Amino acid sequence: MSKYTLNVNGQSYTVDVASNTPLLWVLRDTLNLVGTKFGCGIGQCGACMVHLNGEPMRSCMTTVANVGRRAVTTIEGLAQDGHLHALQQAWTDLDVPQCGYCQSGQIMTAAALLKSNPKPTDEEIDGEMAGNLCRCATYVRIRAGIKHAAELASAKGGKQ
Amino acid sequence: MNAPTLTGPIDRRGFLKFSALAGSGLVLGFYLKSAGQALGADVVKPVAGTEFKPNAFIRIAPDGVVTLVSKQPEIGQGIKTSLPMIIAEELEVNWKDVVIVQGDLDPAYGGQSAGGSRSTPNNYNEFHRLGATARTMLVEAAALTWGVPASECFAADSAVHHRTSGKALKFGELVAKASTLPVPAAADVKQKDPKDYKLLGTRIGGVDNSKVVTGQPLFGIDTKLPGMLYAVYEKCPVFAGKVVSANLDAIKALPGVTDAFVIEGTSNLGGLLPGVAIVADSTWSAFSARKQLKVTWDEGKFANDSWDAFAAKATTLSKQPGESTVKKTGDVAAAFAGAAKTIEASYTYPFISHASIEPQNCTAWFKDGGFEFWAPSQNPGGGQDAVANLFKIPKEKIIVHLTRSGGGFGRRLSQDFFVEAAAIAQKVNAPVKLTWSREDDLRHDQFRAGGFHFLKGGLDANGKIVGWQNHFVTFGTMSAGRGGAGMAVRPGSGGSLDADQFPSNFLANYLCEQSVMECNIPMGPWRAPGNNVFSWVIQSFIDELAFAAGRDQLEFRLDLLSQKMGGPYDAARMTAVVKLVAEKAGWNPKNFPRGRGQGIAFHWSHSGYVAHVVEVTVSKSGEAKIDRVVSVCDVGQQIVNRSGAENQVEGSVIDGIGTMMFQELNLDHGRIVEANFNDYPMIRMPQAPAKIEVHFLASNNPTTGLGEPAIPPIAPALGNAIFAATGKRVRQFPMSRTDLRWS
Repeated sequence: MSKYTLNVNGQSYTVDVASNTPLLWVLRDTLNLVGTKFGCGIGQCGACMVHLNGEPMRSCMTTVANVGRRAVTTIEGLAQDGHLHALQQAWTDLDVPQCGYCQSGQIMTAAALLKSNPKPTDEEIDGEMAGNLCRCATYVRIRAGIKHAAELASAKGGKQ
Repeated sequence: MNAPTLTGPIDRRGFLKFSALAGSGLVLGFYLKSAGQALGADVVKPVAGTEFKPNAFIRIAPDGVVTLVSKQPEIGQGIKTSLPMIIAEELEVNWKDVVIVQGDLDPAYGGQSAGGSRSTPNNYNEFHRLGATARTMLVEAAALTWGVPASECFAADSAVHHRTSGKALKFGELVAKASTLPVPAAADVKQKDPKDYKLLGTRIGGVDNSKVVTGQPLFGIDTKLPGMLYAVYEKCPVFAGKVVSANLDAIKALPGVTDAFVIEGTSNLGGLLPGVAIVADSTWSAFSARKQLKVTWDEGKFANDSWDAFAAKATTLSKQPGESTVKKTGDVAAAFAGAAKTIEASYTYPFISHASIEPQNCTAWFKDGGFEFWAPSQNPGGGQDAVANLFKIPKEKIIVHLTRSGGGFGRRLSQDFFVEAAAIAQKVNAPVKLTWSREDDLRHDQFRAGGFHFLKGGLDANGKIVGWQNHFVTFGTMSAGRGGAGMAVRPGSGGSLDADQFPSNFLANYLCEQSVMECNIPMGPWRAPGNNVFSWVIQSFIDELAFAAGRDQLEFRLDLLSQKMGGPYDAARMTAVVKLVAEKAGWNPKNFPRGRGQGIAFHWSHSGYVAHVVEVTVSKSGEAKIDRVVSVCDVGQQIVNRSGAENQVEGSVIDGIGTMMFQELNLDHGRIVEANFNDYPMIRMPQAPAKIEVHFLASNNPTTGLGEPAIPPIAPALGNAIFAATGKRVRQFPMSRTDLRWS
């Protein structure tokens, strides 16, 4: 066991866990941030997607020791100042989820996409989102949700 | 390990803190003020004794908040939104005034199993009555308050109005009076005329959407209780193999491990199989310790089974008469002898997994001689029964809290995760959460059975079908669980053709035979059991016959549907659905150049009549891209929630396509070969159709469910479109095994 200080959603936490513990399980079991989901444990499904310094990262493949000083953002930290992120609003507007289990990972991947590419084409969306499985197969609505979020963000002056 | 206190805007605006999960039973059930609100809802505390509670499902508080209980398990089918909509419609309450809470397992709610697309039809009429009853009492309460006849009053917008004076009392203001009134008999309650519906048939977002998109705890795997421990359970890779020995002492010495022990288990493939449990202080400690676990197994007599051997055996069996006759009409042999043309084809599909993204899990607490569960289950009553039977504990001492499930697809109708969690909890003096790894989930599923169909069809000189024969070779077990009874080999779930399966009852000469190969593979219901593959086999072979006859696929099908000779199939409903899908799709297969094709298929299952038209482009190198899908569904007179209904059809279409394209589990040396999503590919966004157009055909029939009926006909519609485009017939799942290159 070792102590690590993590910056998660703008707050500092000190955890005492094994150094090879994936960030996923620190978030879920130690910090009780359960919005980040366990799906496969080998980086294939994307349900565990978080941001490290704004970059999308699979938390099941990132050990706590490797997080370092990078800022961790999880689905719980995506809304800012009480306002839903454009993607969270779009997901609600279009009723994207079925079971909902994969959707936090979908939103985190899509948030990173929109940050680097505010107006993605269908092909760009498909390419970027291919790492996230949705077993309920809400892909058509996820695609539409990303485009709707891009419009919402653009209407608000490009602020994601 | 203290839970951190969440601060910041979300907390200030009223979401319960995670530490609130400490309360028993309140894992779900935030009391949001509005079902439709996103971030920031107030916490509404129920005030005992002051509510109007006309039945187990409805509570109206003096402040006007209407709390509705969702009794069915929510697995992504949208039932937690749609069933309460029915009550709200009859009650005349504004949807924004409604709070929905998930009910626990409780006999007061009646049956609570979510399977077979039965949640809607089983509850539709009753939920109308429940809502209308409460509305009738509120109207009566207002009439008594005003001293006017109830006939002069009506309910609307969460209030009762007096027609002539314009006076109004909000529902909240009528709580005290209504609570004193007797509940009227069903005969004295008038339900709304469907033409006056305001809510049913509209688009209502899922009631948990705001929690889903903000990552709040909802699912079984999110359960956390004070002092909770974490468990994993290792079973023999050959199903029901027994534990001979394990390095338990070494495991117990590992960091974070609190206990490790053998569970003797049973041979019931759907129940408690033998294995080794590891209990630890965190999921990762348990997962890590498991990597060091060494078990010597007694693999039993099925340790040499393989898919290849079963496939060879199926071919041998196909050349013999079937073990049993499912249905025999007329004389197919004579029909084939007199036919102008006969064709033969065999169709094969493998075992597949449900692969819900939330792996199986269950939290159990054994205390005071009873159990308390937090379970992502489609069938919580079945779980309670299984635990009661196995551990000899009365059902009254088994409490089950329903959590949201991260996908169901039939997987969570089975009870293996329930009884495993129970067996572990019984040895641990604390609540314990059992979490399966993805590998456990894929390799220890209650699988969709594989199967082999050997078909022969005959056509007369006019291109009409004169005979149809299918020898179905399927899988069965002698397990005491679902299917067999220890006395005979019985087909697994979805592994039996039924006598009325189309085109039975539509042909004068029809023979369906079945042979069962014994295996020891757990089999369970997989979304539209049986139908999800039978439709592909049947509608593909119809396509083969139509091409052999040189007739149009649509005309050939409508002609066949006009030949009904009996049975439960409503040919008129299906004909209407097929005609409408052809119209909406602009059916004109001759318009498609080589490399592009249009395919059609239909199927009736789970009370729903569904047809799809698929447009596909296949590159010369053999890659298929689905350009457009048009779907028509007749699920009766009323779509409950249009958004949810369309979502189910869209999901079914893509699920069916993904299953056809990619999914396959292989068996070698008695064990499943594939382990995780790296070698068990699933459909991803780039393969999803660009466009899915969903239409509902309302018919004068009872309202029925949509979780399943749209999936069966999508695979044959795609396969038929591929044939139209390339001349290549897909007769084996997954489709990746068929060379689709053309020149």
